[in-house]
Amino acid sequence: MDIIFPCAIVGGMGLFFGIILALASKIFAVKEDERIPMIVEALPGANCGGCGYAGCAGYADAIIKGEAKCSLCAPGGSKSAERIAEIMGVSAEKVDKKVAFVACSGATDVAETRYIYQGLNDCNYANRLGGGPKSCKYACLGLGTCVKACPTGAISVKDGLAVVDKEKCIGCGVCVKECPKNVIKLVDYSAETLVKCHSLDKGKKVKENCSKGCIGCGICAKNCPEEAITMENNLAVIDTEKCKNCGLCVEKCPQKTISVI
Amino acid sequence: MLLTRLLMISLGAIFAENFVLVKFLGICPFLGVSKKTETAFGMGFAVVFVMVCASALTWLVNQLLVLCNIEYLQTIAFILVIAVLVQFVEMFLRKNIPPLYNSLGIYLPLITTNCAVLGVAILNITKFADSTTSFLDSVVYGGAAGLGFTLAIILFAGVRERLENADIPEFLKGMPIVLITASLLSIAFMGFSGMSF
Repeated sequence: MDIIFPCAIVGGMGLFFGIILALASKIFAVKEDERIPMIVEALPGANCGGCGYAGCAGYADAIIKGEAKCSLCAPGGSKSAERIAEIMGVSAEKVDKKVAFVACSGATDVAETRYIYQGLNDCNYANRLGGGPKSCKYACLGLGTCVKACPTGAISVKDGLAVVDKEKCIGCGVCVKECPKNVIKLVDYSAETLVKCHSLDKGKKVKENCSKGCIGCGICAKNCPEEAITMENNLAVIDTEKCKNCGLCVEKCPQKTISVI
Repeated sequence: MLLTRLLMISLGAIFAENFVLVKFLGICPFLGVSKKTETAFGMGFAVVFVMVCASALTWLVNQLLVLCNIEYLQTIAFILVIAVLVQFVEMFLRKNIPPLYNSLGIYLPLITTNCAVLGVAILNITKFADSTTSFLDSVVYGGAAGLGFTLAIILFAGVRERLENADIPEFLKGMPIVLITASLLSIAFMGFSGMSF
Protein backbone atom coordinates (compact mmCIF):
# COMPACT_ATOMS: atom_id res chain seq x y z
CA MET A 1 0.00 0.00 0.00
CA ASP A 2 2.92 2.28 0.89
CA ILE A 3 4.25 1.88 -2.63
CA ILE A 4 1.01 1.97 -4.56
CA PHE A 5 -0.27 5.26 -3.16
CA PRO A 6 2.74 7.50 -4.11
CA CYS A 7 3.00 5.75 -7.47
CA ALA A 8 -0.66 6.44 -8.11
CA ILE A 9 -0.27 10.10 -7.14
CA VAL A 10 2.74 10.71 -9.39
CA GLY A 11 1.28 8.59 -12.17
CA GLY A 12 -1.98 10.43 -11.86
CA MET A 13 -0.21 13.76 -12.03
CA GLY A 14 1.65 12.59 -15.13
CA LEU A 15 -1.59 11.49 -16.77
CA PHE A 16 -3.36 14.71 -15.80
CA PHE A 17 -0.58 16.92 -17.17
CA GLY A 18 -0.31 14.75 -20.25
CA ILE A 19 -3.97 15.28 -21.03
CA ILE A 20 -3.63 19.04 -20.40
CA LEU A 21 -0.68 19.25 -22.82
CA ALA A 22 -2.48 17.18 -25.43
CA LEU A 23 -5.49 19.46 -25.21
CA ALA A 24 -3.31 22.58 -25.22
CA SER A 25 -1.52 21.48 -28.37
CA LYS A 26 -4.93 21.23 -30.06
CA ILE A 27 -6.27 24.52 -28.70
CA PHE A 28 -3.12 26.53 -29.25
CA ALA A 29 -2.17 24.99 -32.59
CA VAL A 30 -0.64 27.58 -34.92
CA LYS A 31 -1.08 27.14 -38.63
CA GLU A 32 2.19 27.54 -40.46
CA ASP A 33 2.41 28.09 -44.17
CA GLU A 34 3.46 24.75 -45.63
CA ARG A 35 5.62 26.51 -48.20
CA ILE A 36 8.03 27.76 -45.50
CA PRO A 37 9.75 24.38 -44.91
CA MET A 38 9.85 23.86 -48.69
CA ILE A 39 11.65 27.17 -49.21
CA VAL A 40 14.03 26.46 -46.33
CA GLU A 41 14.78 23.17 -48.09
CA ALA A 42 15.63 25.02 -51.31
CA LEU A 43 18.02 27.39 -49.54
CA PRO A 44 21.61 26.35 -48.83
CA GLY A 45 21.15 26.57 -45.05
CA ALA A 46 24.37 28.48 -44.35
CA ASN A 47 22.46 31.03 -42.22
CA CYS A 48 24.96 33.66 -43.38
CA GLY A 49 22.51 36.57 -43.18
CA GLY A 50 23.68 37.95 -46.52
CA CYS A 51 20.07 38.46 -47.64
CA GLY A 52 19.48 40.83 -44.73
CA TYR A 53 17.23 38.50 -42.72
CA ALA A 54 17.98 36.45 -39.62
CA GLY A 55 19.08 33.18 -41.19
CA CYS A 56 17.49 31.07 -43.92
CA ALA A 57 14.23 30.53 -42.00
CA GLY A 58 13.82 34.28 -41.54
CA TYR A 59 14.32 34.82 -45.27
CA ALA A 60 11.80 32.08 -46.10
CA ASP A 61 9.29 33.78 -43.82
CA ALA A 62 9.88 37.13 -45.54
CA ILE A 63 9.36 35.57 -48.98
CA ILE A 64 6.00 34.10 -47.91
CA LYS A 65 4.94 37.47 -46.52
CA GLY A 66 5.87 39.04 -49.84
CA GLU A 67 8.50 41.35 -48.31
CA ALA A 68 11.50 39.82 -50.04
CA LYS A 69 12.38 38.89 -53.60
CA CYS A 70 13.22 35.30 -54.52
CA SER A 71 16.70 36.15 -55.74
CA LEU A 72 18.34 37.61 -52.62
CA CYS A 73 20.20 34.44 -51.69
CA ALA A 74 23.74 34.82 -53.03
CA PRO A 75 25.11 31.44 -51.83
CA GLY A 76 22.22 29.53 -53.41
CA GLY A 77 22.60 31.45 -56.66
CA SER A 78 20.21 30.94 -59.55
CA LYS A 79 19.54 27.34 -58.51
CA SER A 80 17.88 28.38 -55.24
CA ALA A 81 16.13 31.32 -56.89
CA GLU A 82 14.56 29.00 -59.48
CA ARG A 83 13.39 26.49 -56.88
CA ILE A 84 11.86 29.26 -54.74
CA ALA A 85 10.21 30.89 -57.73
CA GLU A 86 8.74 27.50 -58.61
CA ILE A 87 7.32 27.10 -55.09
CA MET A 88 5.95 30.64 -55.08
CA GLY A 89 4.64 30.34 -58.64
CA VAL A 90 6.48 33.32 -60.10
CA SER A 91 9.17 33.54 -62.77
CA ALA A 92 12.76 33.47 -61.61
CA GLU A 93 15.28 36.26 -62.00
CA LYS A 94 18.80 35.41 -63.00
CA VAL A 95 21.45 35.65 -60.29
CA ASP A 96 25.11 36.04 -61.17
CA LYS A 97 27.49 34.35 -58.81
CA LYS A 98 29.43 36.96 -56.88
CA VAL A 99 32.54 36.65 -54.78
CA ALA A 100 34.18 39.01 -52.30
CA PHE A 101 37.34 40.79 -53.38
CA VAL A 102 39.75 42.86 -51.27
CA ALA A 103 40.53 46.03 -53.23
CA CYS A 104 43.89 46.73 -51.59
CA SER A 105 47.48 45.61 -52.16
CA GLY A 106 48.79 47.12 -48.94
CA ALA A 107 50.59 44.19 -47.33
CA THR A 108 52.97 45.02 -44.46
CA ASP A 109 56.04 45.46 -46.70
CA VAL A 110 54.10 47.44 -49.32
CA ALA A 111 52.10 49.98 -47.30
CA GLU A 112 53.74 52.61 -45.11
CA THR A 113 52.74 52.72 -41.45
CA ARG A 114 52.31 55.80 -39.28
CA TYR A 115 52.41 54.24 -35.83
CA ILE A 116 52.64 50.90 -34.07
CA TYR A 117 49.20 49.63 -33.11
CA GLN A 118 48.98 47.56 -29.96
CA GLY A 119 45.27 47.65 -29.20
CA LEU A 120 42.50 45.08 -29.50
CA ASN A 121 42.74 42.72 -32.44
CA ASP A 122 39.85 44.22 -34.35
CA CYS A 123 39.67 46.55 -37.35
CA ASN A 124 36.84 48.61 -35.85
CA TYR A 125 38.93 49.54 -32.81
CA ALA A 126 42.02 50.30 -34.89
CA ASN A 127 39.94 52.40 -37.26
CA ARG A 128 38.84 54.62 -34.38
CA LEU A 129 42.47 55.53 -33.62
CA GLY A 130 42.88 58.02 -36.44
CA GLY A 131 41.84 55.52 -39.10
CA GLY A 132 44.32 52.81 -38.21
CA PRO A 133 48.10 52.39 -38.29
CA LYS A 134 48.53 52.37 -42.09
CA SER A 135 49.38 55.71 -43.74
CA CYS A 136 46.84 55.21 -46.52
CA LYS A 137 43.38 55.92 -45.15
CA TYR A 138 41.82 53.52 -47.64
CA ALA A 139 44.05 50.55 -46.76
CA CYS A 140 42.98 47.17 -45.43
CA LEU A 141 43.93 47.10 -41.75
CA GLY A 142 44.46 43.35 -41.77
CA LEU A 143 43.24 42.70 -38.22
CA GLY A 144 40.71 40.13 -39.37
CA THR A 145 37.28 41.52 -38.55
CA CYS A 146 36.12 40.05 -41.87
CA VAL A 147 37.76 36.70 -41.00
CA LYS A 148 35.59 36.46 -37.88
CA ALA A 149 32.47 37.50 -39.80
CA CYS A 150 32.90 35.06 -42.71
CA PRO A 151 30.49 32.11 -42.33
CA THR A 152 32.50 29.78 -44.57
CA GLY A 153 36.06 30.55 -43.48
CA ALA A 154 36.99 31.84 -46.93
CA ILE A 155 38.99 34.84 -45.70
CA SER A 156 42.45 34.72 -44.17
CA VAL A 157 44.97 37.44 -43.30
CA LYS A 158 48.38 37.20 -44.99
CA ASP A 159 51.08 39.82 -44.30
CA GLY A 160 48.60 42.31 -42.88
CA LEU A 161 46.19 41.98 -45.79
CA ALA A 162 42.92 40.10 -46.01
CA VAL A 163 42.81 37.48 -48.77
CA VAL A 164 39.62 35.87 -50.08
CA ASP A 165 39.59 32.26 -51.22
CA LYS A 166 37.44 32.54 -54.34
CA GLU A 167 36.38 28.88 -54.26
CA LYS A 168 35.22 28.91 -50.65
CA CYS A 169 33.48 32.31 -50.91
CA ILE A 170 29.70 32.10 -51.28
CA GLY A 171 29.24 35.79 -52.03
CA CYS A 172 26.94 36.50 -49.10
CA GLY A 173 28.45 39.96 -48.54
CA VAL A 174 28.65 39.77 -44.75
CA CYS A 175 32.31 40.86 -44.84
CA VAL A 176 31.39 43.83 -47.05
CA LYS A 177 29.05 45.10 -44.35
CA GLU A 178 31.50 44.31 -41.55
CA CYS A 179 34.62 46.03 -42.97
CA PRO A 180 35.05 49.53 -41.44
CA LYS A 181 37.25 50.58 -44.38
CA ASN A 182 34.82 49.39 -47.09
CA VAL A 183 37.77 47.76 -48.75
CA ILE A 184 35.92 44.55 -49.64
CA LYS A 185 33.70 44.56 -52.70
CA LEU A 186 31.51 41.98 -54.40
CA VAL A 187 32.63 41.19 -57.93
CA ASP A 188 31.49 38.69 -60.55
CA TYR A 189 32.95 35.23 -60.09
CA SER A 190 34.10 35.30 -63.72
CA ALA A 191 36.06 38.56 -63.30
CA GLU A 192 39.76 37.79 -63.20
CA THR A 193 41.53 41.09 -63.87
CA LEU A 194 40.93 43.48 -60.99
CA VAL A 195 42.35 46.69 -59.56
CA LYS A 196 43.71 45.89 -56.12
CA CYS A 197 43.33 49.42 -54.78
CA HIS A 198 40.46 51.74 -53.99
CA SER A 199 42.35 54.88 -52.96
CA LEU A 200 40.90 58.12 -54.32
CA ASP A 201 44.01 60.10 -53.34
CA LYS A 202 46.16 61.95 -55.90
CA GLY A 203 49.08 60.04 -57.37
CA LYS A 204 51.79 61.77 -55.31
CA LYS A 205 50.09 61.00 -52.02
CA VAL A 206 49.42 57.38 -53.01
CA LYS A 207 53.11 56.92 -53.85
CA GLU A 208 54.14 58.25 -50.46
CA ASN A 209 51.81 55.84 -48.68
CA CYS A 210 52.11 52.67 -50.69
CA SER A 211 54.36 51.18 -53.34
CA LYS A 212 51.51 49.30 -55.08
CA GLY A 213 48.57 51.72 -54.98
CA CYS A 214 46.79 53.06 -58.05
CA ILE A 215 48.26 56.49 -58.86
CA GLY A 216 45.64 57.28 -61.47
CA CYS A 217 48.14 57.59 -64.34
CA GLY A 218 45.66 56.22 -66.87
CA ILE A 219 48.15 54.06 -68.75
CA CYS A 220 45.87 51.04 -68.43
CA ALA A 221 42.90 52.98 -69.80
CA LYS A 222 44.89 54.09 -72.84
CA ASN A 223 46.23 50.60 -73.55
CA CYS A 224 43.07 48.58 -73.06
CA PRO A 225 42.02 47.17 -76.46
CA GLU A 226 38.42 46.71 -75.29
CA GLU A 227 38.17 50.19 -73.73
CA ALA A 228 36.97 48.48 -70.58
CA ILE A 229 38.96 50.69 -68.20
CA THR A 230 37.90 54.20 -67.19
CA MET A 231 39.51 56.64 -64.79
CA GLU A 232 37.24 57.83 -61.98
CA ASN A 233 38.57 60.07 -59.18
CA ASN A 234 42.22 59.08 -59.68
CA LEU A 235 41.33 55.40 -59.73
CA ALA A 236 41.20 52.88 -62.56
CA VAL A 237 37.85 51.13 -62.81
CA ILE A 238 37.46 47.97 -64.88
CA ASP A 239 34.12 47.24 -66.52
CA THR A 240 33.89 43.49 -66.00
CA GLU A 241 31.33 43.10 -68.80
CA LYS A 242 33.73 44.45 -71.40
CA CYS A 243 36.96 43.00 -69.96
CA LYS A 244 38.31 40.01 -71.87
CA ASN A 245 41.06 39.25 -69.34
CA CYS A 246 43.77 39.76 -71.96
CA GLY A 247 46.26 40.82 -69.29
CA LEU A 248 47.67 43.80 -71.18
CA CYS A 249 46.85 46.24 -68.37
CA VAL A 250 48.49 43.93 -65.81
CA GLU A 251 51.66 44.13 -67.89
CA LYS A 252 51.51 47.88 -68.46
CA CYS A 253 50.58 49.07 -64.95
CA PRO A 254 53.68 50.84 -63.54
CA GLN A 255 52.61 50.22 -59.95
CA LYS A 256 51.57 46.58 -60.47
CA THR A 257 48.21 47.44 -58.93
CA ILE A 258 46.16 45.53 -61.45
CA SER A 259 46.49 41.82 -61.05
CA VAL A 260 44.91 38.56 -62.06
CA ILE A 261 43.18 36.66 -59.28
CA MET B 1 6.46 45.20 7.74
CA LEU B 2 5.54 42.76 5.00
CA LEU B 3 6.96 45.13 2.39
CA THR B 4 10.31 45.39 4.17
CA ARG B 5 10.41 41.63 4.44
CA LEU B 6 9.75 41.17 0.72
CA LEU B 7 12.37 43.79 -0.12
CA MET B 8 14.91 41.98 2.02
CA ILE B 9 14.06 38.69 0.32
CA SER B 10 14.47 40.14 -3.17
CA LEU B 11 17.69 42.05 -2.44
CA GLY B 12 19.12 38.92 -0.88
CA ALA B 13 18.16 36.78 -3.89
CA ILE B 14 19.57 39.25 -6.41
CA PHE B 15 22.89 40.05 -4.76
CA ALA B 16 24.01 38.15 -1.67
CA GLU B 17 22.49 34.84 -2.74
CA ASN B 18 22.81 35.30 -6.48
CA PHE B 19 21.80 31.99 -8.02
CA VAL B 20 24.56 31.78 -10.57
CA LEU B 21 27.49 33.48 -8.95
CA VAL B 22 27.02 32.52 -5.29
CA LYS B 23 24.87 29.39 -5.32
CA PHE B 24 26.35 28.06 -8.60
CA LEU B 25 23.00 26.99 -10.01
CA GLY B 26 22.16 27.29 -13.70
CA ILE B 27 25.77 27.44 -14.88
CA CYS B 28 24.94 25.74 -18.19
CA PRO B 29 22.81 28.53 -19.69
CA PHE B 30 25.07 31.07 -17.98
CA LEU B 31 28.06 29.86 -19.99
CA GLY B 32 26.14 28.79 -23.07
CA VAL B 33 23.94 31.78 -23.86
CA SER B 34 26.24 34.61 -22.74
CA LYS B 35 28.09 35.22 -26.00
CA LYS B 36 26.03 38.25 -26.97
CA THR B 37 24.26 40.78 -24.76
CA GLU B 38 21.05 40.54 -26.81
CA THR B 39 20.63 36.80 -26.36
CA ALA B 40 21.63 37.16 -22.71
CA PHE B 41 18.75 39.60 -22.26
CA GLY B 42 16.30 37.15 -23.89
CA MET B 43 17.51 34.25 -21.79
CA GLY B 44 17.48 36.31 -18.59
CA PHE B 45 13.90 37.46 -18.97
CA ALA B 46 12.74 33.99 -20.00
CA VAL B 47 14.25 32.72 -16.74
CA VAL B 48 12.50 35.44 -14.70
CA PHE B 49 9.22 34.51 -16.33
CA VAL B 50 9.55 30.77 -15.79
CA MET B 51 10.82 31.16 -12.22
CA VAL B 52 7.84 33.25 -11.16
CA CYS B 53 5.36 30.81 -12.72
CA ALA B 54 7.23 27.78 -11.37
CA SER B 55 7.37 29.24 -7.84
CA ALA B 56 3.64 29.75 -7.77
CA LEU B 57 2.79 26.36 -9.23
CA THR B 58 5.25 24.32 -7.17
CA TRP B 59 3.92 25.95 -4.02
CA LEU B 60 0.50 24.54 -4.88
CA VAL B 61 1.92 21.14 -5.76
CA ASN B 62 3.80 21.08 -2.48
CA GLN B 63 0.55 21.65 -0.60
CA LEU B 64 -0.82 18.58 -2.34
CA LEU B 65 2.28 16.55 -1.48
CA VAL B 66 2.10 17.59 2.18
CA LEU B 67 -1.56 16.72 2.25
CA CYS B 68 -0.85 13.22 0.97
CA ASN B 69 2.19 12.88 3.25
CA ILE B 70 4.59 12.16 0.40
CA GLU B 71 7.02 15.12 0.57
CA TYR B 72 9.91 12.84 -0.39
CA LEU B 73 8.57 12.82 -3.97
CA GLN B 74 9.25 16.57 -4.14
CA THR B 75 12.04 16.42 -6.74
CA ILE B 76 10.30 14.21 -9.27
CA ALA B 77 6.97 16.02 -8.87
CA PHE B 78 8.61 19.44 -9.31
CA ILE B 79 10.53 18.39 -12.42
CA LEU B 80 7.30 17.09 -13.90
CA VAL B 81 5.40 20.26 -13.06
CA ILE B 82 8.10 22.63 -14.35
CA ALA B 83 8.52 20.72 -17.62
CA VAL B 84 4.78 20.76 -18.24
CA LEU B 85 4.54 24.43 -17.29
CA VAL B 86 7.27 25.45 -19.72
CA GLN B 87 5.73 23.43 -22.53
CA PHE B 88 2.33 24.89 -21.84
CA VAL B 89 3.60 28.46 -21.65
CA GLU B 90 5.48 28.01 -24.91
CA MET B 91 2.33 26.87 -26.70
CA PHE B 92 0.25 29.61 -25.11
CA LEU B 93 2.69 32.37 -26.08
CA ARG B 94 3.02 31.08 -29.61
CA LYS B 95 -0.70 31.30 -30.19
CA ASN B 96 -1.65 34.39 -28.20
CA ILE B 97 1.38 36.67 -27.86
CA PRO B 98 3.61 36.07 -30.92
CA PRO B 99 5.95 39.03 -30.27
CA LEU B 100 6.82 37.70 -26.81
CA TYR B 101 7.18 34.20 -28.29
CA ASN B 102 9.63 35.47 -30.89
CA SER B 103 11.84 37.09 -28.27
CA LEU B 104 11.63 34.41 -25.56
CA GLY B 105 10.47 31.36 -27.51
CA ILE B 106 13.78 29.82 -28.43
CA TYR B 107 15.05 30.07 -24.87
CA LEU B 108 12.03 28.52 -23.17
CA PRO B 109 12.81 24.87 -24.04
CA LEU B 110 16.35 25.43 -22.77
CA ILE B 111 15.02 26.23 -19.30
CA THR B 112 12.75 23.20 -19.01
CA THR B 113 15.04 21.25 -16.71
CA ASN B 114 17.36 24.05 -15.68
CA CYS B 115 18.69 23.36 -12.19
CA ALA B 116 18.23 27.01 -11.19
CA VAL B 117 14.47 26.70 -11.72
CA LEU B 118 14.27 23.44 -9.80
CA GLY B 119 16.58 25.01 -7.20
CA VAL B 120 14.27 27.96 -6.65
CA ALA B 121 11.29 25.63 -6.24
CA ILE B 122 13.00 23.47 -3.63
CA LEU B 123 14.58 26.39 -1.78
CA ASN B 124 11.17 28.06 -1.56
CA ILE B 125 9.83 25.08 0.36
CA THR B 126 12.69 24.87 2.88
CA LYS B 127 13.19 28.63 3.20
CA PHE B 128 9.61 29.70 3.82
CA ALA B 129 8.34 26.62 5.67
CA ASP B 130 7.48 28.60 8.81
CA SER B 131 6.28 31.77 7.08
CA THR B 132 2.59 32.65 7.20
CA THR B 133 2.79 34.34 3.80
CA SER B 134 4.80 31.60 2.17
CA PHE B 135 3.03 31.83 -1.20
CA LEU B 136 3.82 35.53 -1.67
CA ASP B 137 7.34 35.00 -0.34
CA SER B 138 7.90 32.18 -2.84
CA VAL B 139 6.73 34.16 -5.84
CA VAL B 140 8.80 37.22 -4.88
CA TYR B 141 11.84 35.06 -4.22
CA GLY B 142 11.36 33.36 -7.59
CA GLY B 143 11.15 36.66 -9.44
CA ALA B 144 14.15 38.10 -7.61
CA ALA B 145 16.20 34.97 -8.23
CA GLY B 146 15.41 35.32 -11.94
CA LEU B 147 16.44 38.98 -11.89
CA GLY B 148 19.69 37.98 -10.18
CA PHE B 149 20.28 35.46 -12.96
CA THR B 150 19.55 38.14 -15.57
CA LEU B 151 21.94 40.59 -13.91
CA ALA B 152 24.71 38.00 -13.78
CA ILE B 153 24.30 36.80 -17.37
CA ILE B 154 24.12 40.34 -18.82
CA LEU B 155 27.21 41.48 -16.91
CA PHE B 156 29.02 38.38 -18.05
CA ALA B 157 27.93 38.78 -21.69
CA GLY B 158 29.31 42.34 -21.66
CA VAL B 159 32.66 41.07 -20.44
CA ARG B 160 32.67 38.26 -22.99
CA GLU B 161 31.99 40.64 -25.87
CA ARG B 162 35.13 42.54 -24.91
CA LEU B 163 37.07 39.30 -24.51
CA GLU B 164 36.28 38.37 -28.14
CA ASN B 165 38.63 41.10 -29.32
CA ALA B 166 41.26 40.88 -26.62
CA ASP B 167 44.68 39.43 -27.28
CA ILE B 168 44.47 36.28 -25.15
CA PRO B 169 47.42 33.87 -24.71
CA GLU B 170 46.95 30.73 -26.81
CA PHE B 171 46.55 28.32 -23.88
CA LEU B 172 43.74 30.40 -22.33
CA LYS B 173 41.69 30.86 -25.48
CA GLY B 174 38.07 29.68 -25.47
CA MET B 175 36.59 28.07 -22.36
CA PRO B 176 39.52 28.59 -19.94
CA ILE B 177 39.37 32.38 -20.06
CA VAL B 178 35.56 32.26 -19.84
CA LEU B 179 35.71 30.15 -16.68
CA ILE B 180 38.37 32.42 -15.13
CA THR B 181 36.22 35.47 -15.86
CA ALA B 182 33.17 33.77 -14.37
CA SER B 183 35.06 32.93 -11.19
CA LEU B 184 36.32 36.51 -10.83
CA LEU B 185 32.77 37.78 -11.22
CA SER B 186 31.66 35.22 -8.67
CA ILE B 187 34.26 36.44 -6.16
CA ALA B 188 32.97 39.98 -6.66
CA PHE B 189 29.42 38.86 -5.87
CA MET B 190 30.58 36.89 -2.85
CA GLY B 191 31.60 40.29 -1.46
CA PHE B 192 27.93 41.16 -0.99
CA SER B 193 27.53 38.62 1.77
CA GLY B 194 30.30 40.21 3.83
CA MET B 195 33.70 39.00 4.88
CA SER B 196 32.77 37.03 8.00
CA PHE B 197 32.19 33.34 7.64
